[in-house]
Amino acid sequence: MKEVNLTEKWKQNGKIIEELIEHSGVDIRNCYQCGKCSAGCPMAFVMDVSPNRIIRMLQLGMWEEVLQSRTPWICALCATCYTRCPRDIDLPKLMDAVRVITYNKNMVDHVKNEKIFHSSFMKWLYRYGRIYELGLVLDLNLKTGNLFNDVELGLPMVLKGRLDFLPPRIKNKDLIRRMAERARQIEGGQA
Amino acid sequence: MKLAYYPGCSLHSSSKGYSDSFVAVCKKLGIELEEIPDWVCCGASSAHSVSHLLSLALPAHTLVQAEKMGLDMVAPCAACYQRAKFAEYEMLNNPEMKAKIEQVIEMEYKGKSRVLSVLEVLSMIEEDKIKAAVTRPLTGVKVACYYGCVLVRPPHICNVDDPENPTKMDRIVALLGGEPVDWPYKTECCGASHIFTMKDACLKLGRDILQVAKDAGADIIAVACPLCHVNLDMRQTQINKKFGTSFNIPVVYITELMADAMGIDTSDMFRRHFVPVEIKRQA
Ligand code: SF4
Ligand code: SF4
Repeated sequence: MKEVNLTEKWKQNGKIIEELIEHSGVDIRNCYQCGKCSAGCPMAFVMDVSPNRIIRMLQLGMWEEVLQSRTPWICALCATCYTRCPRDIDLPKLMDAVRVITYNKNMVDHVKNEKIFHSSFMKWLYRYGRIYELGLVLDLNLKTGNLFNDVELGLPMVLKGRLDFLPPRIKNKDLIRRMAERARQIEGGQA
Repeated sequence: MKLAYYPGCSLHSSSKGYSDSFVAVCKKLGIELEEIPDWVCCGASSAHSVSHLLSLALPAHTLVQAEKMGLDMVAPCAACYQRAKFAEYEMLNNPEMKAKIEQVIEMEYKGKSRVLSVLEVLSMIEEDKIKAAVTRPLTGVKVACYYGCVLVRPPHICNVDDPENPTKMDRIVALLGGEPVDWPYKTECCGASHIFTMKDACLKLGRDILQVAKDAGADIIAVACPLCHVNLDMRQTQINKKFGTSFNIPVVYITELMADAMGIDTSDMFRRHFVPVEIKRQA
């Protein structure tokens, strides 16, 4: 097992983590590590670090380790943990805050499929203001190499009228891009 | 009752049966719907992982459109509902965030229009009215009501009777003459959009949900979310293949079940399903 000097870690990362607490509004210092979150988490069985340990790592300043974990991206944001947590820790909000940081810093190579999915989703959202489901499905199948996995569903989906060929559109086609720009300006400077 | 209708991307395309049945049932029950012109995508499943503010501003934009119509907004898609509720909650409780959202959407939210789920809307309708509309009761049909996550959690955001054991859908099934089964997986997570990125994990979650429903004696599973539907209906064959199971459990939208019980023609809705929908009523 890798040795970690926690005093050093906190010196290095304490400030970033305090900023994370402030921006996300999730005060991980309140967590007393009962483990209830992980016990009920539907995705824990595929996570590399369980949810309560993500919090413990943050409490200890292990920021790099958290950024490298796939857990924040595996979290389904189902809020089972948050609903049950005796200390009212909003774990899904925390996981999402970590995602936003890693996504915008382009530190998502350890979660390749997620990167493809979210960038495709956002691409269609910016372009049409609504999600072009066929476009999304094609992007995913081509870029994740999933083509053979799901090809059995593609044709029936089309036959059953479940996928529209033409993309949807809103009238004001620059609306979303402009909203995103303004959001970026306002949020700019955040972690 | 008149409501502003926010269908969202899925109901406009892959989950048309949900939309069709919802609209038909509302008509039967005297609920007038007006689609919000130029509604935009709520940003689920991605915007929240890219920008917190944008993820609130997207549904806020549509909610303000509803407010301009002078109506409350119904979002049948559970994900749209939850995302819109997050925006509503922040705008009602966090003045600083409200100001930021308004800057992004360049409009003001007065706090008059509220976001409603299908279940909330239906629970406002008197029991007698629903019962009176039923012409083909679901006699003897055992239904597992599957609520999933985003319709019921987090509880301070979603207006729910009990986040661990919600009952609003069960009540509807009973009013239709069916038998809601008692089962412990009502609010387990199906993995939602992770089906696109972590398929195996989601197939396992789906398998568990189907198994528990089956063990509880359910003939049918009722849902109120397009992603729950995809993960349990469209993926059922893949689940069977992966786990050597032989599930053949129809998964229907609660509004499709209502439509069927109310004598509305459901053949075009059910044609879109992967698991053939057969509702076996007892004589
Ligand atoms: S349930 Fe809450 S207090 Fe317990 S370990 Fe998880 S986050 Fe911490
Ligand atoms: S929100 Fe994330 S961490 Fe919490 S229970 Fe759901 S999947 Fe697990």
